[in-house]
Amino acid sequence: MAIEIEQPRVGLSKIAVSKTHGEDSPYFAGWKAYDENPYEEFGNPSGVIQMGLAENQVSFDMLEDYLEQHSEEASWGKKASGFRENALFQDYHGLQFFRKAMASFMEQIRGGRAKFNPDRVVITAGATAANELLTFILADPGDALLVPTPYYPGFDRDLRWRTGVNIVPIHCDSSNNFQVTPQALEAAYKSAESMNIKVRGVLITNPSNPLGVTIHRSTLEHILDFVTLKNIHLVSDEIYSGSVFSPTEFTSVAEILQWRNYKDCERVHIVYSLSKDLGLPGFRVGTIYSYNDQVVTTARRMSSFTLISSQTQQLLGLMLSDEKFTGNYITKNRDRLRNRYEKMISGLRNAGVECLEGNAGLFCWVNLSPLLESQTRESELAVWDLILHRVKLNISPGSSCHCSEPGWFRVCFANMSEKTLEVALKRIQIFMEERKIKSD
Amino acid sequence: MTQTNPIRDPEDETRRPVSPTGGRTGMRLIVPLQGVVQGRGGLILGSLIPCALFYFLQFYLKRHRSPPPPASPSSSNLPELARTSSRSNLTSRGSMGQARVSSRASSIAKPNDSPYYIGLDRASEDAYDELENPNGVIQLGLSENRLSLDLIEQWLSRNLNGSILGGGGGGLSMSGIATYQAFDDGLWELKVAMAGFMSQIMGRAVSFNPSQLVLTSGATPAIEILCFCLADPGHAFLIPTPYYPGFDRDVRWRTGVELIPVHCRSSDNFTLSITALDQAYNQVRKRGQKVRGILLSNPSNPVGSILTRETLYNLLDFARDKNIHIISDEIFAGSIYGSEEFVSMAEILDSEDVDRNRVHIVYGLSKDLSLPGFRVGAIYSWNEHVLTASKQLTRFCSISAPTQRLLIPMLSDTRFTQEYIETNRKRIQSMYDLFVAGLEQLGIKCAKSSGGLYCWADMRELIRPYNEKGELDLWDKLLNIAKINVTPGSACHCIEPGWFRCCFTTLSKKDIPLVIERIRKVVETCKPPS
Repeated sequence: MAIEIEQPRVGLSKIAVSKTHGEDSPYFAGWKAYDENPYEEFGNPSGVIQMGLAENQVSFDMLEDYLEQHSEEASWGKKASGFRENALFQDYHGLQFFRKAMASFMEQIRGGRAKFNPDRVVITAGATAANELLTFILADPGDALLVPTPYYPGFDRDLRWRTGVNIVPIHCDSSNNFQVTPQALEAAYKSAESMNIKVRGVLITNPSNPLGVTIHRSTLEHILDFVTLKNIHLVSDEIYSGSVFSPTEFTSVAEILQWRNYKDCERVHIVYSLSKDLGLPGFRVGTIYSYNDQVVTTARRMSSFTLISSQTQQLLGLMLSDEKFTGNYITKNRDRLRNRYEKMISGLRNAGVECLEGNAGLFCWVNLSPLLESQTRESELAVWDLILHRVKLNISPGSSCHCSEPGWFRVCFANMSEKTLEVALKRIQIFMEERKIKSD
Repeated sequence: MTQTNPIRDPEDETRRPVSPTGGRTGMRLIVPLQGVVQGRGGLILGSLIPCALFYFLQFYLKRHRSPPPPASPSSSNLPELARTSSRSNLTSRGSMGQARVSSRASSIAKPNDSPYYIGLDRASEDAYDELENPNGVIQLGLSENRLSLDLIEQWLSRNLNGSILGGGGGGLSMSGIATYQAFDDGLWELKVAMAGFMSQIMGRAVSFNPSQLVLTSGATPAIEILCFCLADPGHAFLIPTPYYPGFDRDVRWRTGVELIPVHCRSSDNFTLSITALDQAYNQVRKRGQKVRGILLSNPSNPVGSILTRETLYNLLDFARDKNIHIISDEIFAGSIYGSEEFVSMAEILDSEDVDRNRVHIVYGLSKDLSLPGFRVGAIYSWNEHVLTASKQLTRFCSISAPTQRLLIPMLSDTRFTQEYIETNRKRIQSMYDLFVAGLEQLGIKCAKSSGGLYCWADMRELIRPYNEKGELDLWDKLLNIAKINVTPGSACHCIEPGWFRCCFTTLSKKDIPLVIERIRKVVETCKPPS
């Protein structure tokens, strides 16, 4: 019998063994439960319905139709040497024609209220990479970014893991619908100071994930004034900007800057991606739009670690340059998301569940605090667990979004068919009725 | 003289040993004191009292010295970058109200002053074109393969009717793309296809297990991910010189990891010696720095040599002895010419019953399959922890879904890939022969090489003086007079001046006489008067 000789373990880095990737949080645990027992309309009707994935599947058909109709023109490029040039193209500037198309798409989403210069567009393989890249550029290890709570759980990983940068929360609560207040901003800044941590910027998501609301223009203006006063940066993650239910309700920080004649704009950077608005997460298309030349140059160089396939740039460049198509897509997508949201809200109301008044995004911010035994994180997780294993719905608990008030949950509605949404709403109705009967 | 707090000024910290702030003030007191005491006190007072006072002073100053910096990550990270970043470079510091960028960013934002990057820029700004720009710069500084793209074009037109979308009719309609998180590190079908392709590339001498593959958007992030996983900031990797200039960026920029050169020389055709490796290792350890591994490229870039089986065994022994990792960048494994066989690290691990946890292979499709634009790279490892961490890190650098969909059928078409690999090798071989013969006509010999898309040209006799400046003068002449961009050895950290990397796979056969002629003009001006 062979004797096992213990080999000396060869060392790994702190990053490799750290838990900052956050894979242990409920946000990810729910997905595991779903993976093990996924709902299928006929195959597995009692399976777990995935409502923890903020993906847009309501407008896929429009993209498929477009590609089918334009399959002839979906070529490698105008010249005969199109494929060859495309296959060899690894310039970190990205295809000029693709950048132009992205810039014009971003303008269309904002109803032409802001102009975007293609030369300020830096390409990255997804918004995840864009956020990480900006963090590397704007902050040193040990520094901090201020982020309003509740925030997208992925930030804990994307902004902190490899960068060594901290997140200091700007606490928001339901008393004013979770909007950022000047007091909260100041308190967060002071809190960082008291820990001897240098604040390098504020990072907002607008429209907000997980709240599903756009940030008020006045709040944006205040945030801009705040970062100017403190001489720090502002990163505005506008990844859901095309998913606002009504075109007039979204104000991008770009609009405000333009209105202010670009005064003090070098501290502002916008992150965008096609993963949500176009429903193409697998394509890995993200961008950084920065008003700061040094940041643009640096981000370009750093994007070597996260470039978009030239094939994808070519394909999407073609599609996004077709302004008739994109205009139509944006409008229809908005309408369909609004319809979904309204269906969701009315279904929840019928079940006696309240949510935050939302106007954007692929999810609702739902208030289940009446179900909690005590207003604590543990109670919230108990309810989450109950809903996951009894009601068979995977929703995201507010604590994984660092919400300071227990009882709130993010529930996604766009990553499934309408039928499946109806099934989910039915399950919630039944569950709430059962609880009502129990407590009566 | 100003007293700078050594901790706050990173430049000073690395140049001078940290001195207690009390040291100088102490001395200023002691000397006059001694004089005074010696004048009056006698032996005991003259020596005891000053000594006692001296020790008292030291004791007092020690207790009141500024406290050591907190052991936070912020102060000890990135010593390498801090050395070069120089706070004075933060131009926004002087101007009012401009938010500064990080020190990491400042060092990168400076214009690249390496000839490697300058040459690449010049060649693309003033690119040679037979008809449009016959006096433009001919690019020999980019290791790109343009010889066999026609084969891929033919495959595309046969299988996809030349469409840009893979996966048969509308690349969007498959379920694989719909789920988000599951496939950051590559679709399973692509991993299977890649594993098969890698095996073919390496002559089927070894088979690769798809579940040990992590796919990334290019080999560049693959290298960086491995460095993030295997080393902490301040740790070091040993690397034989000359090496690919891009490693300075890929390994060091964001990770804070250092590269320690292990110099190889032309006297033994730039072969890596274990003795040199050992010496370098010991020197680093003496400094109190940790070595975490060895980074190799095999076939080597820029020399083009292949590591022998024996060397691979010796390297494994060395790594085992020191308990460090080996990263083997085998991205040129399929671009072999000549009769020498290529042996992958994987082959050695397959046969030996060795500790496999320390070896990691990097591969990609940018060189062997001529698809740098598609961003397809891979990490192959036997170490479960590295695989787990790497998989999670691919969220920052995944391969785009349409590209995955396009490549799955292509790489799975083993008849096509076999034909491609063989034809491509032949074409590289014949370009190599022609190009090297052309250089020989000018009296320029090349190092013995068996792989890669370039040759390593010996122009030592043409540079004057025989040092880096002489080499850069010649590089400059070649770029601006001969209008040829080649990579000077100094950009590759070669210890011997006068060597140049010339990539010949971006040329067509008819370009070669033109290139040689242009080089000839400069060579004639460099030859010593007879």
